[in-house]
Amino acid sequence: MRPILMKGHERPLTFLKYNREGDLLFSCAKDHNPTVWFADNGERLGTFRGHNGAVWSCDVSRDSLQLITGSADQTAKLWNVKSGNQLYTFNFDSPARSVDFSVGDKLALITTDPFMELSSAIHVKRIARDPADQSGKSVLVLKGPQGRINRAVWGPLNKTIISAGEDAVVRIWDTETGTLLKESDREIGHKRPITSLTKSTDGSHFITGSVDKSAKLWDTRSLTLIKTYVTERPVNAVAMSPLLDHVVLGGGQDASAVTTTDHRAGKFEAKFYDKILQEEIGGVKGHFGPINALAFNPDGKSFSSGGEDGYVRLHHFDPDYFNIKI
Amino acid sequence: MGDVMTMRDVEARAAVAGIDLSNLDLDSIQLPPGEDFGIISDDEDVYQEEQLDFDTGFGNIIVVDHIPIVTREKFEKLEGVIRKIYNQMGVIKEDGLWMPVDPETEKTLGYCFIEFNTPQEAEQAKEKTNGYKLDRSHIFVVSMFDDFDRFMRVPDKWAPPEIKPYAPGENLQRWLTDEKARDQFVIRAGSDTEVFWNDARQLKPDLVYKRAFWTESFVQWSPLGTYLATVHRQGAAVWGGASSFDRLMRYAHPQVKLIDFSPGEKYLVTYSSHEPSNPRDANRIVINIFDVRSGKVMRDFKGSADDFAIGGAGGVTGVSWPIFRWSGGKEDKYFAKLGKNMISVYETETFSLIDKKSLKVESVMDFSWSPTDPILALFVPELGSGNQPARVSLLQIPCKEELRQKNLFSVSDCKMYWQSNGDYLAVKVDRYTKTKKSTYTGFELFRIKERDIPIEVLELDNKNDKIIAFAWEPKGHRFAIIHGDSPRPDVSFYSMKTAHNSGRVSKLDTLKGKQANALFWSPAGHYIILAGLKGFNGQLEFYNVDELETMATAEHFMATDIEWDPTGRYVVTSVTSVHHEMENGFNVWSFNGKLLYRILKDHFFQFLWRPRPPSFLSPEKEEEIAKNLKKYSKKYEAEDQDVSLQLSEQDREKRRAMKDEWEKWISEWKRLHEEGKLERQKLRDGEASDEEEEYEAKEVEVEEVVDVSEEVSFEYAS
Repeated sequence: MRPILMKGHERPLTFLKYNREGDLLFSCAKDHNPTVWFADNGERLGTFRGHNGAVWSCDVSRDSLQLITGSADQTAKLWNVKSGNQLYTFNFDSPARSVDFSVGDKLALITTDPFMELSSAIHVKRIARDPADQSGKSVLVLKGPQGRINRAVWGPLNKTIISAGEDAVVRIWDTETGTLLKESDREIGHKRPITSLTKSTDGSHFITGSVDKSAKLWDTRSLTLIKTYVTERPVNAVAMSPLLDHVVLGGGQDASAVTTTDHRAGKFEAKFYDKILQEEIGGVKGHFGPINALAFNPDGKSFSSGGEDGYVRLHHFDPDYFNIKI
Repeated sequence: MGDVMTMRDVEARAAVAGIDLSNLDLDSIQLPPGEDFGIISDDEDVYQEEQLDFDTGFGNIIVVDHIPIVTREKFEKLEGVIRKIYNQMGVIKEDGLWMPVDPETEKTLGYCFIEFNTPQEAEQAKEKTNGYKLDRSHIFVVSMFDDFDRFMRVPDKWAPPEIKPYAPGENLQRWLTDEKARDQFVIRAGSDTEVFWNDARQLKPDLVYKRAFWTESFVQWSPLGTYLATVHRQGAAVWGGASSFDRLMRYAHPQVKLIDFSPGEKYLVTYSSHEPSNPRDANRIVINIFDVRSGKVMRDFKGSADDFAIGGAGGVTGVSWPIFRWSGGKEDKYFAKLGKNMISVYETETFSLIDKKSLKVESVMDFSWSPTDPILALFVPELGSGNQPARVSLLQIPCKEELRQKNLFSVSDCKMYWQSNGDYLAVKVDRYTKTKKSTYTGFELFRIKERDIPIEVLELDNKNDKIIAFAWEPKGHRFAIIHGDSPRPDVSFYSMKTAHNSGRVSKLDTLKGKQANALFWSPAGHYIILAGLKGFNGQLEFYNVDELETMATAEHFMATDIEWDPTGRYVVTSVTSVHHEMENGFNVWSFNGKLLYRILKDHFFQFLWRPRPPSFLSPEKEEEIAKNLKKYSKKYEAEDQDVSLQLSEQDREKRRAMKDEWEKWISEWKRLHEEGKLERQKLRDGEASDEEEEYEAKEVEVEEVVDVSEEVSFEYAS
């Protein structure tokens, strides 16, 4: 498997997202320009210029026409994917981190970091069909969790919002009333901050990665812990294959300790686990910094990883990958 | 701080201090050793009583008896004399000296009370002046004031001690009777201490006992594996059994730092070092020797650190542990301590010096006991700037008779290595070259068990090679040496026997350019691990010395420690957090270098196999078994087979269960997804396509004409 190296960012990658068709790959990095690539050959299609800070995450609408990005410049922006133009800017008083379009793309959630006296929050915005009608008003604001929310996504049928962050707890919120419905059990849940959260394609379950060197698979509706994947490194990014029963964990030691350790000790590998048996199947090496972002192509035949080293590596699986037996 | 705060108080306090509690990782907080912030551990209750006494009592007052009885005229003079004596011991409190006077005779009563600033000073004063001769008829008897209570409580009549009915305890050797003949080990990671069986057949450890905050600094098995010792602020404790790990005995020794068992585990030596009240003084050292089973203090040693610092006349700053080295063998008969120009040998019957005096050896640098016999080997460096040669001599104890002596010239240093049966002693001698600018190394090999103890000199093929490591084969006649230059040194194997003439040492083989800096023989001999620890990143080579061939090479990245299990069947390499903060944990290997399983643990501190007592089989019987191993092993092979079959069956079963459970989830999700279909469609403004998960890849071939150019070629007929 020979990866395609995509060098377009000058700073560490933060997030990767495929569109529904799997022909476009959106990448966010700590440089200010989210970038879109052709997902088959890694050619750069364009960049979205306008942010003035690190871009933490993005989401693309189902019809691949609109992109939303959350940035440390205290804004979230809507973009026209085709033209690269800004459609609207949501202003906040603290850095925006996680963004997610709802089912139907009529709503979007944006999380903001704790900043000065402000605590972290999840804002729900209505996305107007015509950008001219777009307003910055929040439909709903959820507050409560201590510390940063690293990732929040919509639950099934937009009835719930699932959030996870630095306090190591996964929470499910009711979008109707704004109340907290469920909290993950602290005994069996993560012990250290959760860095990443990714839903399955049908949204029925999701996986969380944590600094506690493990990833956990949860049921979206009942918040039941189904599986735990244990590794040797803090997990920064998680992804699930839409095709096979595989999960991928990416991570590596803290970026601050990279220069003081041997490259072999770094283990900047994307590790594949059997989703059901929780056993490690293999790894994909290559990055020379921790992996910060992972995404599967919706067809399950390729995946890409983004690292602290500023590269996106696009991997098309070899035929024998599809016949792995353990 | 002792009172309990509610969570709300804690949160309020944290808010005031500006601490975000959710950001706080409680697991990462570790109390500094010796400090509990008023949180009482469950071991404390028993010690509490004694502690209180010490703090609120009259611990800093001493009573000096047998001082002269004087009249009022001489009172002040006597007081002056006593004050002068005791002012040297410490600071006497204001009005701290009280000499009672008989109101009738107006004479003193022959005793006085002195109050010092600290109990330590008082104790020191008591130790130093008890028996002080003021003059011929006045020899001081000094006691602690607190002791009077105790003396008073002694009943006048002797009462026979109450005989407690015998309470049957657990068989402390039961762990040896494990049906699968497994070995136990203890690990310490974070605040937890855990004891496991090494279940190599199942490729996993099997938890026996787990306890958080079991010890305050480290744990240690006794040499025969009967006890596990833990260390606490108030003293040491031992625990035993196969699975219950009940506390068997406690040994009170405040602020104990180090412990050491005698080889027959009859005695436990504990050590503590205390800051002096006067910063210019050396630390005060307290050593207690306990009887392990009764918990009684057999002998205590107190003094300044200088008295216990060893290292000949020059004096090495610091105390090397163990201070007391025990004579080999299970009898625990003798123990010895190195002092300035002497070796003090004690025997355990009376816990006093043999012949009531230490062994005088001018400038002795080092000594070591034979692991089996009461024989001391000692090393004396060159004296009188080379006029008197350095020497190594062997002494028989208790008669102190010199068995053998060897003079050595231009020596810079000596190190002694005993073979585990006490058959051989190798002395590594570093000598100066003629220019005195560099050193080279040779070995003097003593055959202890042969008549007259013949000595043989061994020099390496290349005399200038630096010696990196030396190790005897346990119970064997071979030894291994790592020598040469550091990046890729050589490893050589020697035997004390040769095929024809058994009295000569012979080289077996030299392996060139190995990445190794440490040698780990299997406790059963035959096999050795050449390890490149730390600087060499954890390179391991499993080597068979019988066949002189490498069985396996492996790497445990950044491994810091290697421990063979007591039977020599398994070996563990570990990365402890003392040296390396990442990938802490341990790997368990078979003796021939097959990785069996690995366990990762954050904040991993210690791995220790539980030692086994020596086998009761005679050497002949052992040999017989080794010869007919096939016959004996058959039974176990069958068992192994069964287990592995069972294991794969279990594994399959487990996998099936997991798959089934997963299928259940999937079907549940499918159903719920189906239920939400209409609603989803509505959310998507009626877009019917609900096949987002059943993605279909369509291959569309597109032909694109990039460029068309016409080329005309000519061909010339020649």
